[in-house]
Amino acid sequence: MAAKPTIDNTPGEPLIRFEDVSIGFDEGEVLRGISFEVVPGETKVILGESGSGKTVLLKVAAGLLRPQSGRVVVMGHDLTEMKEVDLLDFRRRIGFVFQEGALFDSLNVADNVSFRLREESVAIEETEPRVREALRFVEMEDAYDKFPDELSGGMRRRVSIARALIDQPPIVYYDSPTGGLDPVTSQTIITLILRLRDLNGVTSLLATHRLQDAFGLANFAFDSKSDRVVPIWEDGKGRQFSPTNFLVLRDAQVYFQGETQELLKSADPYLREFLS
Amino acid sequence: MATLTPKTPEYTKPSPIAGLNDALKRQILSLQSYSYLVGDALAKMFSAPRYPEDVLEQMDAIGVGSLPIILLTGFFIGGVMVLNTAAQFQRFGETALTGDTVAIALVRELGPTIAGLLVTGRNGSGIASELGSMVVTEQVDAMRALGTDPVRKLVVPRLIATVLTLPLLTAVADLVGLIGGYIVAHFTLGLSAVEFWNRAIQALAFGDLVMGLAKPVVFAIIIATVACFYGLRTRGGTQGVGRATTTAVVVASVAILVSDFFLGKLLLYWFVS
Repeated sequence: MAAKPTIDNTPGEPLIRFEDVSIGFDEGEVLRGISFEVVPGETKVILGESGSGKTVLLKVAAGLLRPQSGRVVVMGHDLTEMKEVDLLDFRRRIGFVFQEGALFDSLNVADNVSFRLREESVAIEETEPRVREALRFVEMEDAYDKFPDELSGGMRRRVSIARALIDQPPIVYYDSPTGGLDPVTSQTIITLILRLRDLNGVTSLLATHRLQDAFGLANFAFDSKSDRVVPIWEDGKGRQFSPTNFLVLRDAQVYFQGETQELLKSADPYLREFLS
Repeated sequence: MATLTPKTPEYTKPSPIAGLNDALKRQILSLQSYSYLVGDALAKMFSAPRYPEDVLEQMDAIGVGSLPIILLTGFFIGGVMVLNTAAQFQRFGETALTGDTVAIALVRELGPTIAGLLVTGRNGSGIASELGSMVVTEQVDAMRALGTDPVRKLVVPRLIATVLTLPLLTAVADLVGLIGGYIVAHFTLGLSAVEFWNRAIQALAFGDLVMGLAKPVVFAIIIATVACFYGLRTRGGTQGVGRATTTAVVVASVAILVSDFFLGKLLLYWFVS
């Protein structure tokens, strides 16, 4: 098994840090003065309407897009200062689950999942068991030889998750992982994300506009003993101890940032309407 | 009361000069991006990591895949040349020159140009649409997210494969063109095989062969890089893929014909005059 990627992060420091980040395209500014932090083990849910810049934020966090101003520090690396060749190396240490899966349609499931291992010239004897292990985790081992066009939308997302976690990255970005899926399949995907968070300690950024998924992550945890999803414990004062936090984007800016209860109890008219 | 309706920016009609200025800037920026891609791809051809399997796969698609159309069109181009020139040669009683004319025209000019244009239509469009589809379905971003350089993985193998196969396809087009020319010359002018082939081979000098093989190398670089460039900058879903494919074929075809003129002038100066 390959060594787990190292984190050049000072203990106690946030794993992901955005400092006054702005980016725009021909159509105008997409993100303006975005600042937030994600600590190890945390899941930050990025909420916002369609076109609010959630995907752009994730791509900036992965170094796929370079901001016009501000700093993005991930695992101790300032992505805004890095050259593309160094960014390629950095990205091998994170996982990214794209909106529609973004599987390579000319490769079968096994080749998609093992893509990163083959790029790193990992021996074939080591590749197959690791691919099978990743596919078993997402309950897709039967699809080993299938091509992406033979899979349903939900199956593609699960294979995409397997591809993202093949190298056991400490950080995974999810871009609308349940978008366009039926409720049952969405629940399967959310359970997988909970397992990665609670069993593997994966830190994540998750962009979505589906509130049920966001609150599913905030209110539930994966219990390894019973091997099932259980509600997160609440103390007598109604406080939850969830590793999930929220960030709401509106008009290219951070509109709200905080914990589940703060979001739910907010009297802000926009947030009330957004949550209704 | 807050609303979820996004704000629409106020529309102001741009002035014609500002529009022209923007269009010019866009063209210059495109040229800059294209030059950067060509330089990057050429530099990465000579450094690791390399993808020999991808190069072979592309050579198969471009070389073997294009062979039937090259054979067919090459044969008929040679034949039609003789058909069109036969009457003129008969008028001057110089039918023996048919072999010279067909050989020089095919090897210097028609073989490389026809092969280049056919590969542009068949493979340039294929490359642009394949990469365009990969862009709009985020496969190229996924590749970058997995730590792989798309220029190394997608552009360089296609560039190497096109540079290696187009000269070979041109040689095949030249040969079948000559065969087509001979068959038509035999039946229309009554030329014997010895008369035609002796003149055809003797007419060709070393410079002609250099011209005939140097041009496809330049055309191959144009086809692969233009197709990859337009494919990788595709925007706007499936409609964008169609637009990128059409633009790639048009730009590469025009670039081949324009560069053919200047290249022809240069190579004639070096090798023939």
